[in-house]
Amino acid sequence: MDESWTKARAVFAALSVPPVVWLFAFFLIPLAIIWAYSFGINKSLTEIAINGTFANYAHAIRPLYLGIIFKSVGFAALTTALCLVVGFPVAVAITFASAKSKAWLLLLIMLPFWTNLLIRTYALMAVLRTEGYVNFALGLLWSALSHVTALFGHPLGAFQPLPLLHNNFAVVFGLVYVQLPFMVLPLYAALDRLDRSLLEASLDLGAGHFTTFARIVAPLAVPGIISGVLVTLIPSIGAYLTPDLLGGPDSQMIANVIERQFRSADDWPFGAALSFLLMYMTFAAIALQAVVSRRGGRDRA
Amino acid sequence: MRGPPKGSRRSLLAGLGAVAAGLSLEGCAPEGKTGPNGEELKLNLYNWDTYTGKTTLADFTAATGIAVKMSLFATNDELFAKLRAGNPGFDVIVPSNEFVTRFRLANLLTPLDLAKIPNRVNLLPAFQNPPFDPGRRYSMPYTWLVLGIGYRKSKIDGVPDSWKWLMDSDRYAGRIGLFSEADDLIELGAKYLGHSVRNIPAPVIDQVAKMYIRQKPRVKIFHHDEGQDLLLSGDIDIVMEYNGDIAQVMTEDPDLDFVVPREGSILNSDCLCVPRGAPRPDNAHKFINFVLDARNGAEIYQTIRYPTPNAAALALMPSDYRDNKAIFPPADVMAKCEYAEFEGMERAHLYDETVTRIFAT
Repeated sequence: MDESWTKARAVFAALSVPPVVWLFAFFLIPLAIIWAYSFGINKSLTEIAINGTFANYAHAIRPLYLGIIFKSVGFAALTTALCLVVGFPVAVAITFASAKSKAWLLLLIMLPFWTNLLIRTYALMAVLRTEGYVNFALGLLWSALSHVTALFGHPLGAFQPLPLLHNNFAVVFGLVYVQLPFMVLPLYAALDRLDRSLLEASLDLGAGHFTTFARIVAPLAVPGIISGVLVTLIPSIGAYLTPDLLGGPDSQMIANVIERQFRSADDWPFGAALSFLLMYMTFAAIALQAVVSRRGGRDRA
Repeated sequence: MRGPPKGSRRSLLAGLGAVAAGLSLEGCAPEGKTGPNGEELKLNLYNWDTYTGKTTLADFTAATGIAVKMSLFATNDELFAKLRAGNPGFDVIVPSNEFVTRFRLANLLTPLDLAKIPNRVNLLPAFQNPPFDPGRRYSMPYTWLVLGIGYRKSKIDGVPDSWKWLMDSDRYAGRIGLFSEADDLIELGAKYLGHSVRNIPAPVIDQVAKMYIRQKPRVKIFHHDEGQDLLLSGDIDIVMEYNGDIAQVMTEDPDLDFVVPREGSILNSDCLCVPRGAPRPDNAHKFINFVLDARNGAEIYQTIRYPTPNAAALALMPSDYRDNKAIFPPADVMAKCEYAEFEGMERAHLYDETVTRIFAT
């Protein structure tokens, strides 16, 4: 095994050149430029001078912006929790489905990715708006119900459409809709590796289905839950399109503020500082999580 | 009568930065062929969406042999961002008045050779010497616009001819749409409170912010210039919008109308400019002169239904355009409207932070 790996090293190196070049040219270098901007000032309408100032960060940690970051984290946490609650049963169902239907179910989970996020969000707007499909269907049901109650002399009042769009509900609903596949797939990957004999043993030894789920399945799925939570939580904190299109007057998230710095406000250094502040916080949270889980592992051992 | 175009100059999709590759007429002229002026028979136009007549570009090609390639932008910010690091090859761009100033201050425009634009005599006197470009040295007006209130007549009591109904009243709570653009919001708020839209003092900005924060629970949405679509779909009943945008949807739904509030408003003018480093400046001048021609102008305004700064083109327009109160609001209220000005980046940052505070509170 070792020998073949040594022989293949040249091939391996050759194969890794394109992705490494790609990573540097299109990810790390542009990111480094934005990072440098975060230590700069607007010298003129078109020029940014990088002078090592921390003023942009000082501005970014003012209560106004920290409050918006905090609120974004709140939206993202709620989204993640809902995704977990909805996604776990879905992942369990796929795991225990027959091999043939498993393939179909996985395809269904991935189907939304075949359509651009922007188009899906517009479709969601058509569903949720005042004169959208949900309110239209509810209106039909309401008038049918009203006909029935009218027979008993109590007709219902006019149907009031539900406010489903342009509010915080729509933002969380949209985020759950977008992020759900990212939660289901890692959960499924973890559950699929689960040793079925453990479940049989648990059931044989007298544990009920619920106890088996709570004490065997859930703990074994923890790695899947952690990666599912991370890949759902982090993109949700930085969500831009969803709050922008589905949100209302109270739905501003941090990515919307950052977007304005790069466009209408034209303050790239401040926008860069806000972006990187968010990134430092994410790194810190992941590092903390790693430390905590390692310590937890050691305690158990 | 010709129907209105779908969408608008700042249409919804375009507003999200989805830049559509525009009409390409490059097939019309053989590659690399040069005209009598020594320039290649090509022109790169960078324009707003739905902002030319149906045959404007083809007519220009027929008249001059110059093929036009049009690309589209959705906001002035996008236009500025595209050109700030150097001109990627555009010959004619169409910034709004404040951005004419900003482009000029950033030294990104080529001065116009007025001798090559004889059709400028067609312009209305008000557009011959505007405050944002004295003497018209850098820009020629393409359209003008005024911000006002679009509304659904059957859902609103009478004519809502004050900004109050949008900014400072709970009468239409839950059915109000305001702009999300920081400068428009703050400047119109100041106008409602009796100040000019220029040089707004800091205490007034603060007062405006407080007013919007108080009004926010009654506001349904802060929109990105798609107010006419929200009005048409029934999501809201009263909205801050440009007259041209509302004029377009008024032809689809007779229950909609537009008014410029009695406190006055902000004037805008989209202008044709030649960016610095334009590869074909003479073709660019030819195009600008072509657009300012009466008949060619009429062809454009017939389609886009924005108010024209061109007296000769206006004379050729039918009465449903000329006498349209949405396109040409009454003179007494227009007299209270003024151009906003580019007042430096510090100002832009202050406005943005104020709006961030309004949205966050």
